[in-house]
Amino acid sequence: MRLGVFVCHCGSNIAATVDCAAVALAARAMPDVAFAADSVYTCSEPGQEAIVAAVAEHGLDGVVVASCSPRMHERTFRRTVARAGLNPYMFEMANIREHVSWVGRDKERNTAKATDLVRMAVEKLRRNRPLTPREFPVTRRVLVVGGGVAGIQAALDCADGGLEVVLVERASSIGGKMAQLDKTFPTVDCSSCVLGPRMVDVAQHPGITLHAYSEVASVSGWVGNFEVAVRRKATYVDWSKCTGCGECVKKCPARDAPDPFNAGLAPARAINIPFPQAIPKKAVINPAHCKQLTTGKCGVCAKVCPSGAIDYAMTETTVTEKVGAIIVATGYELFDPKVYGQYGGGRYPDVITSMQYERMLSASGPTGGHVLRPSDGREPRSVVFIQCVGSRDRHIGRPYCSGFCCMYTAKQAILTRDHVPGAQTYVFYMDIRSPGKGYDEFIRRAMEEYGVRYVRGRVSRIFPKGDRLVVRGADTLMAAQVQVEADLVVLAVGAEHAPGAHELAATLRVSIDEHGFFMEGHPKLRPVETNTAGVYLAGACQGPKDIPASVSQASAAAAKVLGLFARGTLASDPQVALVDPRRCVGCLKCLKTCPFGAIREEQGRDGAVRAQVVETVCQGCGVCCVTCPQGAVQLQHFTDDQILAEVEALCRIPLPTCG
Amino acid sequence: MSPRFAYYPGCSLEGTAQDYDRSGRACCAALGIELAEIPDWSCCGSSPAHAVDAVLSGALAARNLGLARQGGFGAVVTPCPNCLVNLRTAARDLDDPARRERINALLSVPCEGGLPAVSLLQALFEQAGPQALADAVVRPLAGLRVAPYYGCILHRPPGLMAFDDPENPVAMDALLEAAGAEVVAFPFKTECCGASYGVPRKDLVMELSGRLLEAAADLGADALAVACPLCQMNLDLRQDQIAAARRRAFGIPVFYFTQLLGLALGLDRADLGLDRLVVPPGGVLRKLGTEG
Repeated sequence: MRLGVFVCHCGSNIAATVDCAAVALAARAMPDVAFAADSVYTCSEPGQEAIVAAVAEHGLDGVVVASCSPRMHERTFRRTVARAGLNPYMFEMANIREHVSWVGRDKERNTAKATDLVRMAVEKLRRNRPLTPREFPVTRRVLVVGGGVAGIQAALDCADGGLEVVLVERASSIGGKMAQLDKTFPTVDCSSCVLGPRMVDVAQHPGITLHAYSEVASVSGWVGNFEVAVRRKATYVDWSKCTGCGECVKKCPARDAPDPFNAGLAPARAINIPFPQAIPKKAVINPAHCKQLTTGKCGVCAKVCPSGAIDYAMTETTVTEKVGAIIVATGYELFDPKVYGQYGGGRYPDVITSMQYERMLSASGPTGGHVLRPSDGREPRSVVFIQCVGSRDRHIGRPYCSGFCCMYTAKQAILTRDHVPGAQTYVFYMDIRSPGKGYDEFIRRAMEEYGVRYVRGRVSRIFPKGDRLVVRGADTLMAAQVQVEADLVVLAVGAEHAPGAHELAATLRVSIDEHGFFMEGHPKLRPVETNTAGVYLAGACQGPKDIPASVSQASAAAAKVLGLFARGTLASDPQVALVDPRRCVGCLKCLKTCPFGAIREEQGRDGAVRAQVVETVCQGCGVCCVTCPQGAVQLQHFTDDQILAEVEALCRIPLPTCG
Repeated sequence: MSPRFAYYPGCSLEGTAQDYDRSGRACCAALGIELAEIPDWSCCGSSPAHAVDAVLSGALAARNLGLARQGGFGAVVTPCPNCLVNLRTAARDLDDPARRERINALLSVPCEGGLPAVSLLQALFEQAGPQALADAVVRPLAGLRVAPYYGCILHRPPGLMAFDDPENPVAMDALLEAAGAEVVAFPFKTECCGASYGVPRKDLVMELSGRLLEAAADLGADALAVACPLCQMNLDLRQDQIAAARRRAFGIPVFYFTQLLGLALGLDRADLGLDRLVVPPGGVLRKLGTEG
């Protein structure tokens, strides 16, 4: 066997604290190593070409690259090795950047450790066997979870690209947070005018199946072949008959149901259609507030419904959908400002959240687009906005910037001046963050054209004085305490993860960050992928985002899915478990422990029962390998022999003297 | 029966706030909370020690915690918020081996660990509670409009105190309501009264305590209820000065909340120390029909 070793400097990332030439020199003395060299950037084009040339020149059978994490460049170098005419699995990577140069400063010891890692990689490579992926067919359907603007965009892009789309939305209508907004920054165009036609497109697109008022219950399978159970919650209204006429809503006597669409600004009826442009425009009964369902006495909606759609006996159902890829677009939730006792949110009726204010500004909202104080219905003359409520505050576990509050506050302040001419508007802020296209100009318009008074500082307390509110805070530019009398205070609440994000992440087997947002595969290079093949992210479920960013990411996720399905088949990873039939005793412990259902029972010609791995289902996790009492299951590319050879390579040599 | 608590009065409760001490002990006794004064207790390490040397301040507090531990108590109750901050800070530091070592280097009898310290308000709220209090009330404070003023440090810093809402506390409100009082929505429950600035910068106290009194007066409060000796002193003893500085008469008596609870519990007037109040409480007592 003839092996080549390439030690990468990664500019100064590795070379600053590792003597790369010394590592290459040491590698030349390792068994089977026929060639070793160091290069400044092995991943660059000349770096890769040097590998291809060395394979040809020295007749190499395998290649070790000592550089960064395999998560960064394993695929890159496997392709390089394949271009050189070798099997891509005749390649090993030694991580001397994340595991060595970035974590240690002592060059001598770093060099020794890097040499050890290279020695381990060489010993493993000596036992590598060529592996070949198998092709398997994919289900050219995609599941989009969440029907906000990101989910809508992703669904439409996928459907326009010729895929069948299953869109699952938890609420009774798609539209998400954007449907609740009155106007959007920085153009101040009508939110529902922008979004509404896209929602209609979803309803009318022949390629999209919409499951509204539904949730993802479970997901099994793997990329290309997922099986998803969708729980369709009981609406108590037969949607195949409901025409959305709204007669039931008008006549419903239960008027105390919560109205999440109006952010709690006004109560809703127990049977409700959230807003006029709802898609689907169908009624849903809230069973906790319906008099018929709670007391058994009412039945008004059933009497007035012209199409006989009311069904009090309805129960939830589950439908199964087969899809090849999943786009998660579950969005975000808004921060509950009651955490800040000093602002009085929830105690003082005229301290409201920005979403409540948005519903107030909206012509289809409870006040018909008039800005009116919740306490007495009076038009406010002075409105104070407080930014960073639930953002950039370590003390409440929200250290991050929500990104969009500066902009929507400026928008709301501008709209306040339009709705209530002559009203005085103040904005208390920490910093203005407006890095988008046309964003800073928009802030300046609020300040200069609309006379919004920006006060840089935090508010310490809001308290009532007569029927007004006093907002006391600091003006850090003036180095003074300021007090502003307000008729209405709007808290610019930040973003937090959507409820149920952790459960969905577990269902999808994807990672979630410390704040409950979904983790992308790589923050820069894989921003819409997750680390689970076939599962993609779109919109604010990955982190707070405004509408343009959410839509961009949704289109990117759709492009990824279309690319995934472009060939009709997928190559399975050959790094899967394999059962040695001569050693398998048929105990089938592996079948019980496999989390992916990738092992099946098989009867051989001799009549004995044995385990067999379904290669396209196996994810290569290795649980079966450690379960097997016989050592009959071996993970290809990570066999016991290979791992032991690495351990021996590390342990058989004398340890370097420390200090 | 509630567990026995070590009782740490602190220096103010032997001086300016004897009425807080007497009424607090009487309320606890009436509600079945057994307090046992820490024998030979000493300074909690409050100003000036904690402003100069955190380890010295910690050692002063730790000596008292150590005495309570020796007495076999599981927790300390203290009426004074300043003592509470120091005792809780020391208890936290004593649970950290490195800090414990530095503190114990100053003590002849080392203290091997912290002990939970709670305010008198927290003890009354958690060990008795509004319902038990309401059941024990014999003379409800009916018709008395009270502004509850907790002071700035009773619940702060929130991470250390871990009790009630630090910005809008409600424990005292609940107890006063249980005692039959009408609790006004006092917006400045946790604002600063000016504290010890009464000596070097009297003008600050005139401004800060003045705001408190004005807010209480604007809300039509008959009385203020407080939980801190320093707050009580600024609002009560200096009320005439504040009135002069702000050109507004108040005449609002400033009770320790335990004095008001004691009235509702029908405790012996001698145990409540009402005679020590500077702003005469006679009007309030007449309103309650309990005078004389």
